[in-house]
Amino acid sequence: MQAEIPGNHVRLATEEPLRLDCGVELGPVTVAYRTYGTLNPERSNAILVCHALTGDQFVAETHPVTGKPGWWDLLVGPGKVLDTERYFVICSNVLGGCMGTAGPTSPDPATGEPYGLDFPVITVSDMVNLQALLLDRLGIEQLFCVIGGSMGGMQVLEWAVRYPERVFAAVPIAAAARHSSQNIAFNEVGRQAIMADPDWCHGDYLRQGSVPTRGLAVARMAAHITYLSDSALHRKFGRRLQGRDALSFGFDADFQVESYLRHQGSSFVERFDANSYLYITRAMDYFDIASEHDGVLARAFAGTSVRFCLFSFTSDWLFPTNESREVVRALNAVAANVSFVEVETDKGHDAFLLDEPEFATTLRGFLDGAGQHRGLAAP
Amino acid sequence: MNRRAAPDGAPAPAIRRDLQIIADMIEPGSRVLDIGCGDGALLYHLVNFKEVDARGIELSQAGVNSCVSRGLSVIQGDADKDLADYPPGAFDYAVLSQTLQATRAPRELLGQLLRIATRVVVSFTNFGQLGIRWRLVWEGRMPVIGGAAERWYDTENIHLCTIRDFQELCQDLDVVAERAVSLDLSGRARAIARIGPFANLRSRQGIFLLRREHAPAP
Repeated sequence: MQAEIPGNHVRLATEEPLRLDCGVELGPVTVAYRTYGTLNPERSNAILVCHALTGDQFVAETHPVTGKPGWWDLLVGPGKVLDTERYFVICSNVLGGCMGTAGPTSPDPATGEPYGLDFPVITVSDMVNLQALLLDRLGIEQLFCVIGGSMGGMQVLEWAVRYPERVFAAVPIAAAARHSSQNIAFNEVGRQAIMADPDWCHGDYLRQGSVPTRGLAVARMAAHITYLSDSALHRKFGRRLQGRDALSFGFDADFQVESYLRHQGSSFVERFDANSYLYITRAMDYFDIASEHDGVLARAFAGTSVRFCLFSFTSDWLFPTNESREVVRALNAVAANVSFVEVETDKGHDAFLLDEPEFATTLRGFLDGAGQHRGLAAP
Repeated sequence: MNRRAAPDGAPAPAIRRDLQIIADMIEPGSRVLDIGCGDGALLYHLVNFKEVDARGIELSQAGVNSCVSRGLSVIQGDADKDLADYPPGAFDYAVLSQTLQATRAPRELLGQLLRIATRVVVSFTNFGQLGIRWRLVWEGRMPVIGGAAERWYDTENIHLCTIRDFQELCQDLDVVAERAVSLDLSGRARAIARIGPFANLRSRQGIFLLRREHAPAP
């Protein structure tokens, strides 16, 4: 699967292995990434984009598997908010992913076969440590900005805590400093759906020649509901019927919303790996910044010089505004430089991927302001 | 590199008279928190022309978004509730410009401001001014300050005070006014002490630069 993924690939942790939170040492580790724009001579204009659970490195170009536009095409590109004529934008596939970076689908050097469940359990900080190795390789000492939504926002916070000297500005969007009990619960439903699929073969499906498409599709359907909102679903589908005038009195997809979710499920399995889904959701569950700082979130940020700008969306019930506000409070407690914008929208958690003019305008303003402080030339 | 110079040394564009007086009270390069920063006019001026490390808190989300889109560091928050989060002495100045009268607990708020900042700048409408007394005495109507559309039942201004009231509160709080400026009815700025006994009658606004009489115990 990996060799077919176009784009940049680099082998990292070749001399010294990457020490994971679980204690396992991994190396060498392949990382797949994409860049857009040009690194300036001062090497001060790099923006690292961190992708969400099911995202990947194809931020602003046609996706090689789906043929669809990049997942942040709206915001990343020449003249756009993340202006690639001004900034050097980097995005790498996360550790544990299935788009070219080391994960459960990559070959285990010990056997030559795909890792499957022999891949070590990873964390968000493992992901970030690997990204830091990539930046070392690219010769980037300090990022102008690290930005991402959802799990990408978790990585942003982890970056700011773990490598504050390597981050000038941080933009966590629709994120939280820890995964809530409700979100762990949703992830568990998705994992159970995958593991209940007989084609999952206890995680060994790649070697057994099967694919747990039904389980993974159900996991995606359940998760997708949490990315939207009640009012957005109602606006989009209501109780409208799908391709019929009357109820079928059966279990076909009578309603448009059912048909939509089935489509979301079946198209997802074309581009995503079931074991990757298990590993990455687990990494999100384990995320809890305060836990490493005696349970006091503010301590994680003590003395930080990073300029923060947090975003949340009013109808996001997966990472509600309160979660962002907790981070803001912790940052205030150390008198950090922080902006916080709550965007009014009914589009739910996924709003950060969609056309939200107020989000785009405020983000552009923040980046311009930070750029001036960093001494980046105006566009 | 991390600081913005005034473009070509050009003079700063004009800001509202009272904001200019506040800006003049603030040392260049200091750390400032503006509580109730509105659309960020003062913050923008301080950041761009006084090289101040400026932050803001604003209640209205529209105000916050407009500030952030101008590159200012502003969060949505409530002056009455959210100042408790900040550590003591986090700022050189806390600014409360035309906000005091809209807070629920002005005395506690001032206490918080004096805790988190070395100096506090407060500006407020003086309800002892002649026009307001006139309106109450001769017309028998409650004074409002938010323009003709504002009525007593929908005004945000719930804790109204005069310059004399404010000075009394400062005494209570063991606070020294390093500067006390009056903006009079014709828009002229003068030290309150120099106006004499009628300052409370003749000032449209009071603008005070405060500090604690005794530094807080470490």
